[in-house]
Amino acid sequence: MSVDLKIIEAKQIAPPKTSTNAWEWAKKNLFNSWLNTILTFIASAVLFQIIYAVFGWVLTEAQWDVITENYKLFMVGQYPVAQLWRMWAALTTLTLMFGLSAGRFKGTMLRLSGILLIVYLIHLGAPFTSGSTKIWLATQISILALGYLIGHYFVRAKRFTLIGWALSIPLILFFIQGFGILPAIRTNVWNGLMLTLLIAVFAILVSFPIGILLALGRTSHLPVIKYFCIAYIELIRGIPLITIFFMAQVLLPLFLPTGLTIDNVIRVMLGATLFTSAYMAENVRGGLQSIPNGQYEAAKAIGLNPVQTTFFIILPQALRAIIPTIVGQSIAMFKDTSLVAIVGLVDLLGIAQSVKSNPEFLGRHMEVYVFVAFVYWVIAYSMSYSSRRIEKSLGIGER
Amino acid sequence: MKGKMKLITFLLSITLIGAVLLVGCSAEGDETAAEPNDTDQADTTDDKNQDVDGNTLATVLDRGYVIVGGNNQLPGFGYLNSDGEYEGFDIDFAKTIAAALFDDPEAIEIRPLSAQERFTALQTGEIDLLIRNTTWTLDRDVALGTNFTPTTFYDGQGIMVRADSGITSIEELEGARIGVETGTTTESNLADEFRKYGITYEQVLFDDSDAVVEAYESGNIDAWTTDKSGLVSRQATMQEPSAHVILSESLSKEPLGPTVRHGDDQWFDIVKWVTLATIEAEELGITSANYEDFLDSEDPVIRRFMGDEGELGQMLGIEDDFAVRVIKHVGNYQEIYDRNLGPDTIFNLERGLNDLYTNGGILYSPPFR
Repeated sequence: MSVDLKIIEAKQIAPPKTSTNAWEWAKKNLFNSWLNTILTFIASAVLFQIIYAVFGWVLTEAQWDVITENYKLFMVGQYPVAQLWRMWAALTTLTLMFGLSAGRFKGTMLRLSGILLIVYLIHLGAPFTSGSTKIWLATQISILALGYLIGHYFVRAKRFTLIGWALSIPLILFFIQGFGILPAIRTNVWNGLMLTLLIAVFAILVSFPIGILLALGRTSHLPVIKYFCIAYIELIRGIPLITIFFMAQVLLPLFLPTGLTIDNVIRVMLGATLFTSAYMAENVRGGLQSIPNGQYEAAKAIGLNPVQTTFFIILPQALRAIIPTIVGQSIAMFKDTSLVAIVGLVDLLGIAQSVKSNPEFLGRHMEVYVFVAFVYWVIAYSMSYSSRRIEKSLGIGER
Repeated sequence: MKGKMKLITFLLSITLIGAVLLVGCSAEGDETAAEPNDTDQADTTDDKNQDVDGNTLATVLDRGYVIVGGNNQLPGFGYLNSDGEYEGFDIDFAKTIAAALFDDPEAIEIRPLSAQERFTALQTGEIDLLIRNTTWTLDRDVALGTNFTPTTFYDGQGIMVRADSGITSIEELEGARIGVETGTTTESNLADEFRKYGITYEQVLFDDSDAVVEAYESGNIDAWTTDKSGLVSRQATMQEPSAHVILSESLSKEPLGPTVRHGDDQWFDIVKWVTLATIEAEELGITSANYEDFLDSEDPVIRRFMGDEGELGQMLGIEDDFAVRVIKHVGNYQEIYDRNLGPDTIFNLERGLNDLYTNGGILYSPPFR
């Protein structure tokens, strides 16, 4: 007994030293045997070569004027300059909502707004943005701050913010398209990052309710609904997205009655939505299956009918469980939109291909593609970062 | 098979929707509802067919602008400039149509199309005409239901090699590694040509012209092939343009020109003669700078061309002075060529075949009379 006590005491007196300096850490992890030492040297030499080459190219060889000269094109494409205020208005709506949410909900939204702020600041400081752009950017920043303050101090802001998000989507579409009140902007000039985001957001938002219905349908006991949903999901999941895009662009117009044409941007949006819905449905079904039978039985016991059970007991829990998968699906969809460049749409990648064909900038494709990849990365990383934060705050995976 | 199924499903669903609508609408005589429904539908489809096939001109005039299927990623022919406007050789020919119809070269909408979807877009009436570096072949002219208007650019496939390799003809390329883009006619042309000579070579496939050039410049491949205009434009941007030569032989004929659908001869004629007007104007020496001097010319040929005499435009269904409008806004063939591909551009492309027949080329406009 006393011996045991001594051991414990000894441990308490001298806890293992965890905080070490960099040199000791390196010695322990990188140079603890001759084999590791050699590996370390080889790896660092290779790493150094790569970093040196990349940075050397980025900082000295690359001619970034192809990006700065065409910056507007990359962002909003050919959207008429005279109507650009509408894009800014749409962005302002979004900024305000981010600000409000940041002030109200803090946490993830605050960090996302932080990323937004950094993006705005970088553009504000960049030498190539024009005077009017800088004014708009400054407006964005002040709107962001204003939204934050309102959200922070105005107590009722929570409901206000949620309603605001719901209203902001039609409002943004109104600014972009005009709905007959503002001059209509034809979809052939909806290009660049704007088109990428539009397709992605549309597909994700619309596929969500469709996905839920399909998932509920698949778990239904009514054979017609059940087998229809199974057939739909399995058919779509068995086809690559690019095939769906090709069908939307090349086959569908042939089957439509002559003279009736659906706009090609709309066709692609629908294709992307149909595709994502099938995957969303499987995600939701996973969530539904994670709910133990006891929940159904308990709901029945307190007298809820099947509809009430589904919407008040099962779905809230199921959806909560699949938030990370939904975000993952959203990131995948966002990146998949780049496939529309293959079927002739001018999204961010499409505009990149057009810009690099400008005789003035021939041979600068590396710069263009690196820039496009960077933009994709910033957005996709922001999304995955917020997903991780949400996961943590909900405690998913830790229970 | 899948297409057929889709078609059937589509027709069924349309009939269903139509039937539902008709049953919903018709208050009287609901026993015969199904039959008028069918005929009604057939009628409207026919009307629409007429709209698309029979009268493109009326549709376009009604709409107020021309929808042109184009390429948005071919240097010199179609691309976006920094102001977000389409520019290029093909785009200028699209503008000639708008200038002739509306006296406004900007009355166009360029619809960027991929190589695969271009003919579908034309057939379904999504676009009014197609100017997308499309090679005129019998198959496309007949089987795809398209009509090719006069060729605006005679191209041919060529091969680029390094000057220090000393290669001057295709026969010397025995065993060479040759880069080519996938999915284009260049791939099969290359195979045909080398089979003809009975030479072995190693084909290296890339799915993007930038990748081919990259591989060629880094020495991974000995030669690369694409249309000669493409080779020349790429040579200009290489690190050392003079270190490369383009073999004089052509592997293929690539006549590129505007295309319209079968079934609308009037529209076909309009596009044909507007295109020819640029060539005729060059032959007559009329440019966008000096066209005013020709307006009161005594020469009957010029008077007819400018619409001062005769009713050439009316025969086509457009204004008599359409040629003047084209020249005023876009210019004659030489101006279009020089602006996009000529000596002032980085391409500095020889006129070659694309010169007037009087200068050793093969551009020749039938008389405007």
